[in-house]
Amino acid sequence: MSGRDAILGRVRRALGADSDDAMRLQAVEKRLARPPKGVIPARGQGSAAEKLHLFCTEAEAVHATLVKVRGPEGVPAAVAAYLRAKNLPAELRMGSDRRLKAMPWQRQRSLTVRYGASDGDDLTGVSHAFAGIAETGSVVLHSGADNPTTVNFLPEHHIVVIEAKDIVGDLETALGRVRRKFGRGEMPRTVNMITGPSRSADIEQRLLLGAHGPRSLHLIVVEG
Amino acid sequence: MQIGSPAFKQNAHDALGDVQLQKALGNVRRGFIDKRKKATDRLPEFDALRDEAKRIKDHTLSHLDFYLEAYERKVTASGGRVHWAETAEDARNIVLDICQAARARSVTKGKSMITEEIALNDFLAENGIRPVETDLGEYIIQLRGEHPSHIIAPAVHLNKEQVEMDFRRVHDHLPVARDLSEPEALLNEARMVLRKEYVTADVGITGANFLVAETGSSIIVTNEGNGDLTQALPKVHVVVASIEKVVPTLEDASQILRVLARSATGQETSVYTTVSTGPRRKGDPDGPEEYHVILLDNGRSSMLGTEFQDMLRCIRCGACMNHCPVYHAVGGHAYGWVYPGPMGAVLTPSLIGVDKAGHLPNASTFCGRCEEVCPMRIPLPRMMRNWREREFERRLNPAAQRFGLRFWAFFARRPRLYKLGAGLVIPFLAALGGRKRRLGWLPLAGGWTRHREMPAPESRTFMQQWRDRETLKQDAGR
Ligand code: SF4
Repeated sequence: MSGRDAILGRVRRALGADSDDAMRLQAVEKRLARPPKGVIPARGQGSAAEKLHLFCTEAEAVHATLVKVRGPEGVPAAVAAYLRAKNLPAELRMGSDRRLKAMPWQRQRSLTVRYGASDGDDLTGVSHAFAGIAETGSVVLHSGADNPTTVNFLPEHHIVVIEAKDIVGDLETALGRVRRKFGRGEMPRTVNMITGPSRSADIEQRLLLGAHGPRSLHLIVVEG
Repeated sequence: MQIGSPAFKQNAHDALGDVQLQKALGNVRRGFIDKRKKATDRLPEFDALRDEAKRIKDHTLSHLDFYLEAYERKVTASGGRVHWAETAEDARNIVLDICQAARARSVTKGKSMITEEIALNDFLAENGIRPVETDLGEYIIQLRGEHPSHIIAPAVHLNKEQVEMDFRRVHDHLPVARDLSEPEALLNEARMVLRKEYVTADVGITGANFLVAETGSSIIVTNEGNGDLTQALPKVHVVVASIEKVVPTLEDASQILRVLARSATGQETSVYTTVSTGPRRKGDPDGPEEYHVILLDNGRSSMLGTEFQDMLRCIRCGACMNHCPVYHAVGGHAYGWVYPGPMGAVLTPSLIGVDKAGHLPNASTFCGRCEEVCPMRIPLPRMMRNWREREFERRLNPAAQRFGLRFWAFFARRPRLYKLGAGLVIPFLAALGGRKRRLGWLPLAGGWTRHREMPAPESRTFMQQWRDRETLKQDAGR
């Protein structure tokens, strides 16, 4: 007997399953098709302006830094300003996201942009978020050529562009959007929910930023 | 991992005398409790979410067979592979097969208690494959040849000076003059060393906090980002998870995620919550080419349908040990196996047998704090009591203890004899206590009084005092 049959057999016997199998299966299918809503914290359920405000407060509380810009045209200048302020070389890594590519990077002279996945030699990576979650100040990104997952984790500094209109109140709504984009039960290889820069408290419970992932997370919120 | 649980008494004794350890354990008391309280106070819906989280797991466990099948179908549909392992040995062999097929020389590992449970590292090393732990705490204890002493803070028993010594011992590229006295410097050193390991590893192994039946996804939460580098860079990603990790849908995982981080570290949410589904897709510029999940039973199916089923709701947050006075006093290693604290005291006998778990169910003061803080509302004290009863039935506790209990029971069932005996002993002990009213030594309890003094009883028994009070009251009322 295979391990699979042995394990499932034991589970069934332990549950005394045989008698009400049909009903149990129905309950499972129903839940998978129509997940119940659960308890959603009230704090993320305000107006769009309140959501934006909460998103910013929560993100900054976990040591992300944040600026707001008017329109996507403002992003390259904000990125260049961040690099200067941090004394970082004017070099970036990003994927092929069309929203990012459409931005006027050439106006920032001396800024070099490399495209594609990160190989670990990049100091700064730029990604475009799929969504933001107000209740925790998290950004949501998914794998693919547009925003390669390695850009989220390998560079020392991660800059994430997020449109204010993509900030939703809660985790369930954000994952619901992923589901709508890819189809029910279908997922991209990876969905990353990122809340602040990487950290560790493994030595004497002292909080240190920049463990294995980026040492800093900078959010550029695009309004209007 | 070798089982040291039967030696709990001796381990605990040693731990109490270990000055370094006692200093480090102060960090548990100080670090976790306030942070959890602040985070839970900030979320008015916290208790409602706990109820919901419990309901979700109860529902899943009573339909576990169907959810596992649904989960398997979705993993396969997304291009991944599910392997079923009845025992730790099966799981080890499956991992080895996958590694050998990938011609792996080194594997990186995200933090995973399950791979501790199946003692994977030693096994891989014996077979010529070098396992590298990437979580900072796990990395440190791997250098020391130790095991985690806490399920979410594996190196909590260490102080920074000890870590510095280990780094200097193992990282031979380190110049002597390099200052490593601060945790920042230690972290940077580990970051640099591990960067190379991520890139060269052929296989990345992680655990899972949840498996989602609806989508065939595995979810991990980390703060360091090591779990993500472990699964994004190597050719092959292997997830090792036990069967009770499955939940029905993304919504269900979201509900439980809200109580997980708050209960564990007092964070609103972990830095990285990562949902992984299958290998890299067409057009993806990164990600593993193979995605495997190993579903481990290792004794869990035999807990279903018993008084220990509730334990399968556990999400390994660590809150029960963070609030446990016994854990605070002796630390995690004294428990002698993978899972320490109250959850370990219940789970260890279930997984390795009560005869091998020794005194663990007795490692409790029954103060009830573990159950109070457990986000999954697991009745830990009740289950420890159940194990004690089984221990007694199976005559596993020592003769002296059994004799003592029977001796006490004899008198407890005979109230008159009890009163007479207590009436004789209490004044004697009171006299022995002297003016300090404390006893430095007690017959038959030398082990207890060696480390502390016992307050001497009042010179009269409780019953006698009660009678006097009642008489006084009646007199006053007259
Ligand atoms: S028993 Fe409860 S408190 Fe302890 S680790 Fe499990 S879920 Fe957390």
